[in-house]
Amino acid sequence: MRFVDEFRDAEKARALSAKITALCEPGRQYKIMEVCGGHTHTIYKHGLEDYLPECITLVHGPGCPVCVIPMGRIDDAIHIARRPGVLMTSFGDMMRVPGSGGNFFDSNAEGTNIRMVYSPLDSLKIARQNPRLRVVFMAIGFETTSPSTAMTLLRAKAEGLTNFSVFCNHVTIVPAIKAILDSPDLRLDGFLGPGHVSTVIGCRPYEFIARDYGKPVVVAGFEPLDILQSVYLLMRQLAQGRAEVENQYARVVPWDGNPVALDAITRTMQLRPYFEWRGLGFISHSAMRLRDEFAAYDAERIFEVPGVRVADPKACQCGEVLKGVLKPWECKVFGTACTPETPIGTCMVSPEGACAAYYNFGRFSRQRVREASRA
Amino acid sequence: MCLGIPGEVIEISEERPDLAKVAVSGVKRTINIGLLADDPPVPGEWILIHVGFALSKIDEQEAAAALEFLESIGKAYEDEMAALLESRIE
Ligand code: SF4
Repeated sequence: MRFVDEFRDAEKARALSAKITALCEPGRQYKIMEVCGGHTHTIYKHGLEDYLPECITLVHGPGCPVCVIPMGRIDDAIHIARRPGVLMTSFGDMMRVPGSGGNFFDSNAEGTNIRMVYSPLDSLKIARQNPRLRVVFMAIGFETTSPSTAMTLLRAKAEGLTNFSVFCNHVTIVPAIKAILDSPDLRLDGFLGPGHVSTVIGCRPYEFIARDYGKPVVVAGFEPLDILQSVYLLMRQLAQGRAEVENQYARVVPWDGNPVALDAITRTMQLRPYFEWRGLGFISHSAMRLRDEFAAYDAERIFEVPGVRVADPKACQCGEVLKGVLKPWECKVFGTACTPETPIGTCMVSPEGACAAYYNFGRFSRQRVREASRA
Repeated sequence: MCLGIPGEVIEISEERPDLAKVAVSGVKRTINIGLLADDPPVPGEWILIHVGFALSKIDEQEAAAALEFLESIGKAYEDEMAALLESRIE
């Protein structure tokens, strides 16, 4: 074992590593999915796979909200941004996500006005200060971000703003996990549940995974030790034949989530019948749209959105990476045609994306090291 | 945009109780604390901030650990802080 990137608690990490190894059944292979992109980031940054016995593989899940936005939605956003008087805003991570005819920077070079903001509230402020512009916030994110959009919408309505709208692309994590559980491609042993999403939705929504699929879930924090501790808790459940939802991150995540945030989402948004996810295809009830009461703030209703479906580029294997079927480095264009500077797929754009995390930290996974030594 | 950044509440706005001045890595910014309306933070308490909103209260020790983690991940955190410094929520 190599300890690539020593961190403060490397000693404790080694102790946990030994406890995890002791729980492995001889001859059994374990696949654990970390749902959240933040976890992926920590795992690569600290080379955590090197602290785990070889029988445990961490597979990266679909929990990076930038990565799951399909190309067609970028094209739709650019279509809105081209309408007269529109100023579109979105998070910085969205600027380099490729659409079929280029990304937001390319689009700006051709005359659109798409700006990055830190918060939807910054967007609201731009709308207030520029009454002649039609300000559209391109909202993306899981339940960590949707309450912020919801609160912003409530505020916009209370202020009676008429030049602010939201192009809503909020997605919900549970149907995506279910789609992965139902997909025949992958056999998983358990899940590391997302930390920040769970501060909003709590731990209960994961109970079906334990109950109906018999797989343990441990909601995990973001530090290296949190993740190792959570892997240990999962392995302990597997060794004892239990499948439950455990909360390793209880110091931040309340079991019942944040009722104010959930209420704000419910007041402003409702589930769409279906939504396209990059690489995962259409998943029913997996995303949010604005409620009819907020039609006046819904960019999809104000501006006609073509809603075209664009196939992902042929070279791109993000779908497999998002489902955890492929490791980033197994994609044919990884690190050659596809890099963070010139991303082909979304997983290379956001720092939480598995490909970007892997590329940035130059990790050689154990498999790769083994294959290289065999070659 | 996925990072949760810790900040220490400095003061709550008098006219707008859903807004607070918060110290984040040494700089003061206005943050919306409306999502914590059930149990609003008071000056001196720490919160986890996500796209301009406080998502949950945390204790000081957790804040220090979260900060150390963020600093360790480098560029993604720098970008997030740069974006936050541009932010002028009201
Ligand atoms: S390397 Fe690029 S194209 Fe391949 S899966 Fe990753 S992001 Fe997609």
